Amino acid sequence: MTVAQIIFLITAAVILGSAAMVVTTRNLVHAALWLIVTLFGAAVLFAMLNAGFIAVVQVVVYIGAIAILFIFAVMLTRREMNDTGPGLNKGWWLSAVTSALTFGGLVWLLQGWDGLSKVAPALGSEFDAIGALANALVSPEAYVLPFEVASVLLLAALVGAVYIAFQRKGEE
Amino acid sequence: MDFWTDPVEAAGEWLSGIFVGWGMNADAAHVLAAFVGILVLISVVMVLDIFLVWTERKIVARFQDRIGPNRLGPFGLVQPFADIIKLIIKENIYPVGVDKIVYNLAPIIMMTSVLLLWAVLPLTEFLGLDLNVGVLYLIGVGALGTLSIIMAGWSSNNKYALLGAFRQVAVMISYEIPMVVALLIPTILSGSMGINSIVAAQESSWYIVLAPLAFLLFLISATAELGRAPFDLTEAESELIAGHHIEYSGMKFGLFYASELLHTFTFGGFIAAFFFGGWQGPWVSEIPALGLLYFLAKATVGYWLFGWIKYTMPRIRIDKMMDLNWKFLVPFSFVLLMYVALMNALLAGFRATEGAMWIYTWGMFLSNILLGWITLEILRRRAHGERVKVEGAVVEAGHH
Amino acid sequence: MQTEWIYIGLFLIVGIIIPAAAIILAAVLSPYKPNPIKDSTYECGIETVGSNWVQFKAQYYIFALVFLVFDVETVFLFPWAMTLNQLGLFAVVEGIIFIGILLAGLAYTWRKGMLEWA
Repeated sequence: MTVAQIIFLITAAVILGSAAMVVTTRNLVHAALWLIVTLFGAAVLFAMLNAGFIAVVQVVVYIGAIAILFIFAVMLTRREMNDTGPGLNKGWWLSAVTSALTFGGLVWLLQGWDGLSKVAPALGSEFDAIGALANALVSPEAYVLPFEVASVLLLAALVGAVYIAFQRKGEE
Repeated sequence: MDFWTDPVEAAGEWLSGIFVGWGMNADAAHVLAAFVGILVLISVVMVLDIFLVWTERKIVARFQDRIGPNRLGPFGLVQPFADIIKLIIKENIYPVGVDKIVYNLAPIIMMTSVLLLWAVLPLTEFLGLDLNVGVLYLIGVGALGTLSIIMAGWSSNNKYALLGAFRQVAVMISYEIPMVVALLIPTILSGSMGINSIVAAQESSWYIVLAPLAFLLFLISATAELGRAPFDLTEAESELIAGHHIEYSGMKFGLFYASELLHTFTFGGFIAAFFFGGWQGPWVSEIPALGLLYFLAKATVGYWLFGWIKYTMPRIRIDKMMDLNWKFLVPFSFVLLMYVALMNALLAGFRATEGAMWIYTWGMFLSNILLGWITLEILRRRAHGERVKVEGAVVEAGHH
Repeated sequence: MQTEWIYIGLFLIVGIIIPAAAIILAAVLSPYKPNPIKDSTYECGIETVGSNWVQFKAQYYIFALVFLVFDVETVFLFPWAMTLNQLGLFAVVEGIIFIGILLAGLAYTWRKGMLEWA
């Protein structure tokens, strides 16, 4: 086993473990903090895959903005620190069977796929992933239109946020 | 590898050579050598941090017309060590209802978020990682600091701590936008996100000349990010006592305090790197190690600048602070970004041609001054209008 | 895996170990004699009233939402800023359109009174 594989296994275990904690812990803020661990683990995976830009964006956007938003939302909406009541409802066995079947199906499907054992070609030391990304985003032959549409999407998100907030303010 | 051109690389190779001699494989030896190097760097940084406590106390004393610590050792230099001994042996108190794990983790993450910045701080040409996403890395590490404030405030089981933490986080995330936009401008000018490359690109002219407005923007928003006065909501003593670290004592409080000072010094370093040419200076191409001296001198000036602001300005109320950010700094920063990008593209021809470089430099400088003047004029008009409105209201109230 | 990220990982490890060591050292060296009065929370010199869980105003959430939008926008702008010197005026115009749309959003938010803290 190579060092990269060991690091991957540790990271994957941390991601899975913290994800399980997110849904099982009774304390809402703890759940948010465990979620941050999960997101950070994903950033580590991106960094391992030579996707430094995506890794940093994962931290900036998910931990720096979305996690904070979650915590603010928790503070805003709930007056109880701990969740009460049973964690499982009557249909728990149904979802257990569904997820077991999905997992089994995925394993069965991916058995014959050679992508799992493929080794990515080594990138030259001169390869500039961000430069390539930037050129793709901005140059007219590539993704200019999606780039501009992203701006419209963000505008829509902003308008939506204002709309929701407007209602919330009215309730107060 | 020549020791004088790149001592760090040379030392690393020497160290990993020793490890290989002990029968380790080459890659592992390299990683272990890097680990030792990082351990040494961070230890030096922590020692620097101890002296920053002394510097801070001396600076504030001078601003307040006092002498500051002067009893222990020459100029009171031993004072911070006495402080540390006191912090270490102070009783370990867990107030009722704290969330012990999160409570202990918060100061550690706070300090880690500052130490991580030293990975990309371009101390010299050869020391400091030229990460190709350096500028974004700076923002991402800042997110960890924000998180630690929330953790400290929430886990303390104290309303002051929670309120202080939330106000501070609201301010920090708001001021992050002008800061990121201010950092986009050196990225545009240098065409790189690596902080060491940005420094290297300032060989002919520092970015304080090419983008003075971006520097001001960065200075203001960095002060807010650092949580220093006039943006020190977190420890607005008269309102929230000590904010998110009210329930902390001993070494845990010490870590918060030390990380604030180190954070400020680090941002002094980033100001030096982004706008004052970092390790650039005379004879630096002959003796690269001289760059370290230049960098530390510039970083100290940046640190002192933050101290000057802190001890001169009164604290701003939170609603005014939010207004300043969302109604002035954010729109202004985006306008500035568009303007600088446009001017840079229009003047690019002069930059490329030999001998016309001065036109580019002066063009950028004067266009920045022009935009600054227009902004100030608009603000002046607006302020005048507001004042007339308020005075009118006062006069009217006087009549009744 | 790039070596740069190995260095960052090492920095993370050392950066956690050193402050943790400081706290552990302090915990070992310092006394620990808790009693209920010493451990009570300090709030203005009187007994703490009610739960720590105070209701926050909606403004925190709104600012976080607006911040999120602009945060994502700046992430898009970084690759754009890096290549400006190579691509020239066309890319600048693209960026100006991109920022302009978002500034319109900011103006809308302002107009709707969502940027007021009070």
